[in-house]
Amino acid sequence: MEKALQDKARELLEAGDVKVVIGYGWNKRKTQTTPVFITDPADVERLVFNPLCVNNLSLYLTRQYKDIQALGKPAIVAKGCDIRTIAVLIAEGQVARDGIVIIGAVCNGVVYRQELWKGELTPEIMPTKCHNCDVRNPHIADHIVGDPVDFQPPDDPSGMVYDKIGALDGQEDGDRWSFWMEHFERCVKCYACSKICPLCYCERCIVEKNMPQWIETSAHARGNLAWNLTRAMHLAGRCTFCGECERACPVDIPLNLVNQKLALTIDDAFEYKSGYDENEHPPLIVYSPDDEENFIK
Amino acid sequence: MATEEAAIENTEQKAPWEPKITAFVCNWCTYAGADLAGTSRMEYRPNVRIIKLPCTGRIDPLFIIKAFERGSDAVLVSGCHPGDCHYTTGNYHARRRWIAFNSLMKFVGIDLRRLQFSWVSASEAIKWVDLINNLTTEVKDLGPFVDYKKL
Repeated sequence: MEKALQDKARELLEAGDVKVVIGYGWNKRKTQTTPVFITDPADVERLVFNPLCVNNLSLYLTRQYKDIQALGKPAIVAKGCDIRTIAVLIAEGQVARDGIVIIGAVCNGVVYRQELWKGELTPEIMPTKCHNCDVRNPHIADHIVGDPVDFQPPDDPSGMVYDKIGALDGQEDGDRWSFWMEHFERCVKCYACSKICPLCYCERCIVEKNMPQWIETSAHARGNLAWNLTRAMHLAGRCTFCGECERACPVDIPLNLVNQKLALTIDDAFEYKSGYDENEHPPLIVYSPDDEENFIK
Repeated sequence: MATEEAAIENTEQKAPWEPKITAFVCNWCTYAGADLAGTSRMEYRPNVRIIKLPCTGRIDPLFIIKAFERGSDAVLVSGCHPGDCHYTTGNYHARRRWIAFNSLMKFVGIDLRRLQFSWVSASEAIKWVDLINNLTTEVKDLGPFVDYKKL
């Protein structure tokens, strides 16, 4: 599969179709994979694909990476889950479909954290998203590398994240509040969750605005709550559950829980799952007179 | 001077706690409805602070968070009935946002009796009066929103 990937990258670069291939490569000690940007066809051997390729590289397609954009048209090596993010970026007009080449990589799942890798991919070290993945064979791609895999996700989403959401839903308000306050208390406002999120692409984030100051910037419980609520809300109906925010969080706040709770709510209310159709608008920027709710008096 | 301060302190101690309710209302329906209640000389509980916005579509979830941060014990969001929006679709957009936000607020453990939503039209002064009276009673029973205030 890596051979096919490298051949495809070489072919694209030599033909001049793309100027840069954004993919995965080994770090120096070959313990982790890291993003690589290949501009010379002679370097394509650096491209690899394996279960350590957890990063969502679609981040590098966003406008904040001006140096990458300056290189020219990119090709991106993307797993199905990364393609879901690219689909949202296209739907929101951040990326033009014909402005990029998607090299879809057939994926059998990745590890939850690269440190967990012991040379073999077992279900225990895979994140919840992989257990529920219905895009192991890339759904939007210009080229697909790897042999198609046959995997049926469970009908109802299951796994650690969904179990925890279910458990929290069953608790009293007060218990949920103390659960979240314990977690948000640790937040140091490093904004790693936002920086790594491919869909947090605003050039000026609301937390950077101080006239008026909507969100307190100090790492204080009040501002932490406001920040985490706002971040989750801005991703409502858009988050594709790549899980990068939680992976990047230095204090291990379970951000997947809030994001996926909202994704479940959006799916229940509007029958919408993000990242499957690049031509469909995300649900919170459109409306329907037939939306149903039971809480407005 | 000293006696004055003591007097102020004294009244503060004596005055029973009253809930502080922030209401974000739209200019065209709910504000007009509340206005009608006033011009019709209806009486209702004075615990509500009304903030008028052009449309419910203008109400960012951050407004609600800010209201709690600044010491509201409850927040009411109210606008035109579906189909009646002055800007045609503002309240439909707002409704979508609230469906998500309501679920999020419940998920982080906020008692949803402290965050209420309603449709009140320009002619529904009675509905507005009842709404505020009931909300005030409900929040009075719940007590101050100490969870948020002590953050």
